[in-house]
Amino acid sequence: MVSRRDLLIGAGVIAVAGVGTYVATRKAGPPSAQPVSAPSVHTTGTAGRLTLGVWDHWVPGANDTLSAICNEWGQKNHVNVHIDFITSVGDKDMLTASAEAQARTGHDIVQHRSWQISVHRAVLEPMDDVIDALVKDHGPISTISEYLAKYDGKWKAVPSVVGSQIKPCCSRIDLYKQYCDVDIVKIFPADENKRDKALVDGWNWDLYLSTAEQLFKAGYPVGLPMGQTSDAIDWVGALFRSYGSVFIDEKDNIKVDSAETRAALEYAKRLMAVNAPGVYAWDDSGNNKWLISGKGSSIMNPPSAWAVAKRDNPKVAEQCWTHDMPRGPKGRFAPHLPWYYGVWSFGSNKSAAKELVHHMVDKPQAKRLVAASSGYDLPSFRSYYDFDTWKTVEPPLGTVYNYPPRGDEELSITGYPARPEVATQIYNQSIQTVMIAKVAQGGEKIDDVIKWAQNECEGYLRST
Amino acid sequence: MSETIPRRLVTPTPAETSGALKGSLYRLSRRRSTTAFLFALPLLSVVGGLIVYPALYAIYLSLLNRTQTKFIGFGNYAFLFTRDTFWAVVEQSCIFALTAVILKALVGIVTAHLVNNLPAKGQRKWRGMLLIPWVIPLSLSTLGWFWLLDPTYSAFNWLFAQIAGPRIPWLSEPNWARFCTILVNVWYGAPFFLIMYLAALKSVPEQLYEAAAIDGASAWQKFLHITLPMMRNVIAITVLFSLIVTFANYDIVRVLTSGGPRNTTHIFATWAFQLGIASGDIPLGASVSLFMFPILGVSAIFILRGVRRRGREV
Repeated sequence: MVSRRDLLIGAGVIAVAGVGTYVATRKAGPPSAQPVSAPSVHTTGTAGRLTLGVWDHWVPGANDTLSAICNEWGQKNHVNVHIDFITSVGDKDMLTASAEAQARTGHDIVQHRSWQISVHRAVLEPMDDVIDALVKDHGPISTISEYLAKYDGKWKAVPSVVGSQIKPCCSRIDLYKQYCDVDIVKIFPADENKRDKALVDGWNWDLYLSTAEQLFKAGYPVGLPMGQTSDAIDWVGALFRSYGSVFIDEKDNIKVDSAETRAALEYAKRLMAVNAPGVYAWDDSGNNKWLISGKGSSIMNPPSAWAVAKRDNPKVAEQCWTHDMPRGPKGRFAPHLPWYYGVWSFGSNKSAAKELVHHMVDKPQAKRLVAASSGYDLPSFRSYYDFDTWKTVEPPLGTVYNYPPRGDEELSITGYPARPEVATQIYNQSIQTVMIAKVAQGGEKIDDVIKWAQNECEGYLRST
Repeated sequence: MSETIPRRLVTPTPAETSGALKGSLYRLSRRRSTTAFLFALPLLSVVGGLIVYPALYAIYLSLLNRTQTKFIGFGNYAFLFTRDTFWAVVEQSCIFALTAVILKALVGIVTAHLVNNLPAKGQRKWRGMLLIPWVIPLSLSTLGWFWLLDPTYSAFNWLFAQIAGPRIPWLSEPNWARFCTILVNVWYGAPFFLIMYLAALKSVPEQLYEAAAIDGASAWQKFLHITLPMMRNVIAITVLFSLIVTFANYDIVRVLTSGGPRNTTHIFATWAFQLGIASGDIPLGASVSLFMFPILGVSAIFILRGVRRRGREV
């Protein structure tokens, strides 16, 4: 007679055998993924297969260009490259990376958003050799890209071209001319050599507010999100920094209670009064929709809104001009969100992965990627800003020429200069937009709001 | 001599072996406990792999420091208790879950009565239609609601504008945003209550109502003294189940408000995501998501004990 115990043991043996077979199959990869012509001839590493988990680009065709670049490299080097395009909708890209980091298994190369290098740095392979080679060929990388990816002197990831962006102003040429007598194109022409310094210097937060008031009266308010998503957090961070407000410095000193913070909050309160309706609940599509609808006069965003307007409302697109952020008392700052390629330290094919990362970020491939995204993707190397794409896309011709910083704009990110593990909390818990909403919408006193922020900052420091 | 050897000591033929095995398996399968265990095994595996293990792992994570390199006991929980934002999240989660569950129960019981009193012919159609919100994937239906309540292009506001009505800041003003998150949760969850209550209503013996009618009981008295006591167990289990699920809700707030405006609609799951995944503090995020676990666990024990006691009385 077969006892229940025997039956369970038998079932266990079958299950273990099944799992063993599965693991063996999985290690070898599916039959279709095996290199056919050269199963074990590799010039770049120890194995013949590389897997990538990268962001699913919103621009049609951009994924195809990245696939082509990777496949060309794979064919040349006899490596079978498999790419999974992972959407950022519902933060699926972040969840996938977190799951892989916890499970210590997954893709060889994973694309990460700005703050995720800080999060996963303990399980990311140092990439100094890749960075050194790129810097040698193409010059320095943006300071914000370095700030977000370099820990204890080691680069933990390489800034990717795909997905990296800044969020300058995108304004309506016609509305600014008609209602404010401001010629945006004259201030920021599609040639930095033709810029008039006095005009550029005059484009500051005060002028931005006075024009915003005029546009509000005319029925075309600016559209500045004030919710708790990235677009809101980014432009507000640039505003605070241009007023010189620092929340926590690099040595963990809490400095939020300052005259600079008060000045920024007072300014923001006035600006919110002439902002579009509903901005406290806008997600990252809110400002895009506002501009595309024809009701909005200016937003702060990559050229995605313009690109969609080109398709959905061409008359609006013809009047859009991307240009520098307003200047504040302490400078002009553009919100920068570099994305990265990381190689897991537990990966099995690290040398090949590093070579592929280098290939993807190298200038010829970057040029193709920028073209495929109609100029949306912004590399972290200033020497790449000479790509034709930003000169040639239209309408109007030169509309995104000033998307890469051409003048005195410094790149910035909300939370800087606090240590990234602290700054990520300032950023992701949207403390600055909540402060403005408390003052402008909730009617709370600035002193009370700063006290609240101070308490939040103390909490951010504790959990490091 | 060999002729005297009992037949069972001789090596059995394959047919005999097969027959014996069949017999054993037959006897084994006849055992009710074995059969029950085998039937439950797939479910037990799923529960073990997808619920028990992740729950234990979450508890383990919540006892680690931010970088998951050091055991810090209840340090994360102690830290949370000192944070204003955490208590605001606790308050909002309680408002969200309790209000939504009460409203779902009320809507469910009223609708169940209405459907129960419909003629049998049309009842099935109504039952099917009323279940629709519950069968649509929640994130999808919430996206639909987001378009209806959009901060700038709300379809409701457009309708109001046609009749010169006010423009309501559905998602951009804290109290309206709270209302909207609860509204969507009630819309989604009420059909579950409806179907449970409808089943319970149908099991109440008709004779009890007839006897009460002879005694001159009003409709309200019948509801209070017959329907409610007879449905008590179903109500208790439904409320308990819904409370647990509503406290754990994520999709609605994530899609509608992302916790805004001013953090006023954050609930445990959305704030845990902000802390754990977005800000890279998985142990603290795990602590937030586990905060209600002991409270709900104890509530579940008491409610289920009551259900069991009443079951024995019946």
